[in-house]
Amino acid sequence: MSLHVTSAVARRVLAQLRHDRRTLALLILVPALLMTLLRFIYDARPAAFDHVGAPLLGLFPLISMFLVSSITVLRERTNGTLERLLTMPPAKLDILGGYGLAFALMATVQAAFGCAVAFGLLGLDAAGGVWAVGMLAVGNAVLGMALGLFVSAFAATELQAVQFMPAFLMPQMLLCGLLEPRDQMAAGLRAAADVLPLTYAYDALHRVSAGALGGRGAVDVAVIVAATMLALGLGAATLRRRTA
Amino acid sequence: MPAAAIEVRGLIVRRGGRLAVDVAELDVEQGRVTGLMGPSGSGKTTLMRAIVGVQRVAGGTVTVLGEPAGAPALRRRVGYMTQAPSVYGDLTVRENLMFFGRIVGVPDATNERVLAQVALGEHRDRLVRDLSGGERARVSLAAALLGRPELLVLDEPTVGLDPVLRVELWRLFKTLAREGATLLVSSHSLEEARHCDRLLLLRDARVLFSDTPGALRARTGCDDLEDAFLAMVGAPTTARAA
Repeated sequence: MSLHVTSAVARRVLAQLRHDRRTLALLILVPALLMTLLRFIYDARPAAFDHVGAPLLGLFPLISMFLVSSITVLRERTNGTLERLLTMPPAKLDILGGYGLAFALMATVQAAFGCAVAFGLLGLDAAGGVWAVGMLAVGNAVLGMALGLFVSAFAATELQAVQFMPAFLMPQMLLCGLLEPRDQMAAGLRAAADVLPLTYAYDALHRVSAGALGGRGAVDVAVIVAATMLALGLGAATLRRRTA
Repeated sequence: MPAAAIEVRGLIVRRGGRLAVDVAELDVEQGRVTGLMGPSGSGKTTLMRAIVGVQRVAGGTVTVLGEPAGAPALRRRVGYMTQAPSVYGDLTVRENLMFFGRIVGVPDATNERVLAQVALGEHRDRLVRDLSGGERARVSLAAALLGRPELLVLDEPTVGLDPVLRVELWRLFKTLAREGATLLVSSHSLEEARHCDRLLLLRDARVLFSDTPGALRARTGCDDLEDAFLAMVGAPTTARAA
């Protein structure tokens, strides 16, 4: 592990975002605006807002960091900078660590603002507490980053990379239990949901919206961490020093 | 004869089903500026990629500074500049150099040295995407110079530059060689051959000629290096190579 490489990569990714004010503004504002929308959709049913709001608030960073990281890394693959980096001394995991750190920081700001608006202004309520929702949101963002990094290897263009969101994340969103409890789904889908990482991300958020995280919640968190590690490992394997 | 910085033996590279590089034997001398010349598609970039160790090869060996090409120990000793500027368009010149400098592990103060070397000092706070093509290429070159590498592999560093800057860069290359670095510089502009200590002519994946510019003139009987090159590749000397 080389901390100076990890911090150099993280600072670079953050500098790139800093130069792109519009993306930065969208990243921070959109989740809060969507929560506001949700609040007034469920105007007559505050309990339903609580039920859907906390899980969505915790899943937004996963989606945005998935997109931002897959595009950022795809650009790095196509503009030659990744090839240059790989001819230089750093270990791949140090480079990936830098990405993880930058996007986790970004997600922290995003989640903090989203939570402040949702819990402070919109009256969202989660029995497990604001902190639990915020922490899960950041953890999910790192998972999203790792997944985005991995799938960027399978996209040749930015248009393709964007399509991985509906292709790769949407099915998980539909199956995770947010729309319909999983035990109401066809058995095959239930089995599919059991092996998808978003299911566990949703479950953990669902638990903290209704109460404490508890032992089952700790298992959910462990699965999220393991899935992140797996995706990062697979992502590292797609960073090839030698190519055809 | 000085030691060889690069030794290529029986190198075969296939790309997309066709032979991209087929070099039986090739040595690049240490402490010299070697020009890698040849028509587009002749295998210049692929050969450079094999030397840097980023190219998957089908056979043969490439030894760089005594180590197999791409060995981890070489990553500090070799600087590589790709043909397309591999720098971040959405960062300023200085931010780019700061990043690559930290990756290589040189102090931030080194940036000013390489900025001066590529004559980009006044552009240090501009975003790279707002620079001209030639300026972007120089940012990419500056990044390759950061760690004072012993071997510099530069893929068309002077493309798109005006004649004055081009001459200045070749002067820089000579200075670096005098200080002990080995430079392998590709170009498809044959008028640049005169700046090189040694020439390597590639055609259809093979080495056509490897010697000094003077030897090329003597061998072809052409005073003009461009004519000499065209005579070597067997093209009519009145036409320009692509």
